Amino acid sequence: MGKVIVVTSGKGGVGKTTTSAAFAAGLALRGHKTVVIDFDVGLRNLDLVMGCERRVVFDFINVINGDANLNQALIRDKRIDNLYIFPTSQTRDKDALKREGVERVMTELKKDFEYIVCDSPAGIEHGALTALYHADAAIIVTNPEVSSVRDSDRIIGLLASKSRRAEKREKPVEEHLLLTRYSPERVQRGEMLSVEDVREILSVPLLGIIPESETVLKASNTGMPVILDAQSPAGRAYDDAVARFAGEQREMRFALPERRGFLRGWFGRAAS
Amino acid sequence: MTVMMASRVQGGIFTLMVVRIGDPYDPTLNRELEEQVARSPGFFAEAPVVLDLKDCLGCTAVADFTALKQLLSRHRLIPVGVQNASTLQMRAAKAVDLAPFNGAQSHARRAAVEPAPPAVERAPRAPAEPRVAAASRPRLVTQPVRSGTQIYVRGGDLIVVAPVSAGAELIADGHIHVYGTLRGRAIAGAAGDRDARIFAHRFEPELVSVAGRYLVSDAIEPEHLNREAQVALIDDRLTILPGWSRS
Repeated sequence: MGKVIVVTSGKGGVGKTTTSAAFAAGLALRGHKTVVIDFDVGLRNLDLVMGCERRVVFDFINVINGDANLNQALIRDKRIDNLYIFPTSQTRDKDALKREGVERVMTELKKDFEYIVCDSPAGIEHGALTALYHADAAIIVTNPEVSSVRDSDRIIGLLASKSRRAEKREKPVEEHLLLTRYSPERVQRGEMLSVEDVREILSVPLLGIIPESETVLKASNTGMPVILDAQSPAGRAYDDAVARFAGEQREMRFALPERRGFLRGWFGRAAS
Repeated sequence: MTVMMASRVQGGIFTLMVVRIGDPYDPTLNRELEEQVARSPGFFAEAPVVLDLKDCLGCTAVADFTALKQLLSRHRLIPVGVQNASTLQMRAAKAVDLAPFNGAQSHARRAAVEPAPPAVERAPRAPAEPRVAAASRPRLVTQPVRSGTQIYVRGGDLIVVAPVSAGAELIADGHIHVYGTLRGRAIAGAAGDRDARIFAHRFEPELVSVAGRYLVSDAIEPEHLNREAQVALIDDRLTILPGWSRS
């Protein structure tokens, strides 16, 4: 039975789609059969970030409406075995995410895949709620600034009250905090919230810190998940985060500015 | 925001003494009162009392109540009302500004007759307290209270052993305890209980309110923030007390 991971944030523009692409790619690279679904109906982006926009024939909404079957809509990634992309419709809107249809698709995907990564739209309306409803685990993508932290807090509240697990009074959705666009230099200058500030406010276990990096923009423009760029700090940071998600212990990097080796003990604490 | 605009008229629960009146002109009444008051003068000084007329056949004239009021005031007692009065008695009592009280009949018997225990009985004011809810079980919350969440405890206390986020709202008719950081709103005494308090292990609220009086975070002195604090209504002012002080 596959595990459903929702990548969510409340706020827009914090890095949900980048994270969904990187996470799905990272899980597939580790040998897990993975599909990544775009829930952002009407604002289709995942296909671009995954570099498969010219191969989309059928989409999520076609499958929900029974116009196509899953195998017709799933796009197999050319670079990574075990990785499939499930694009959404650009012409429809969130109301097309009908509850029964989504439920049927998720049930079917869970039979075939180990991991189902759901790229949630921003907001707390129908689209975002549908994306988080089926979640077994949630990756809460947060930027180190107050409005993003508050929106994340709201989404965590919705995970605890509006998810299927909450409705059926099952074990709560597993929560993971992913801090993206983090700049230790700006934290030192007092322009950004620190890792500790964000953890203190959200009280959710920290899965990783993704440093602010130019390679993220470049990767999404060229349609390559940033995790495939093993040289870039952001790529390495995503690789760490996926490893931790899989249960590995990894040192928390990128929390402090470069070349501050004498504070290594602090890194360890941030990872705990 | 109805909570913020609590009415000027609010309910309250008071403990009153009941003095049972047989014959208002019976000299033993004077003697008994004297003995009782002498036993604990501080307790009876200026105490409001309710006259129980259950066993009183007289007291139908205004003059009777005037005499009773004079007698009681000699012992520094202030009559505020009557209970178990007949229609005629009630009419006379009203003429000297004594209010009708209901309830507590069954307990009122021993007052003023038996020398000990003191003639103190509870006479809860049944009328005119619609906004005071009955006590109920406190509610315990162990998970973080997230932004956008509202928790309301009707008629009881709210205890949170987790952080309360900015944008979350805690409302209780009783006290609110937060054994974590309070960053959201806390509204205690929502039904008008002026004795309700807010306690926070770490105090960084957006807004606090007790019985309709409120303070926004802008109006809170910075010295109270980021530490333990309690909020109470003292002399009609919403006051922040540092730590767990008792005043």
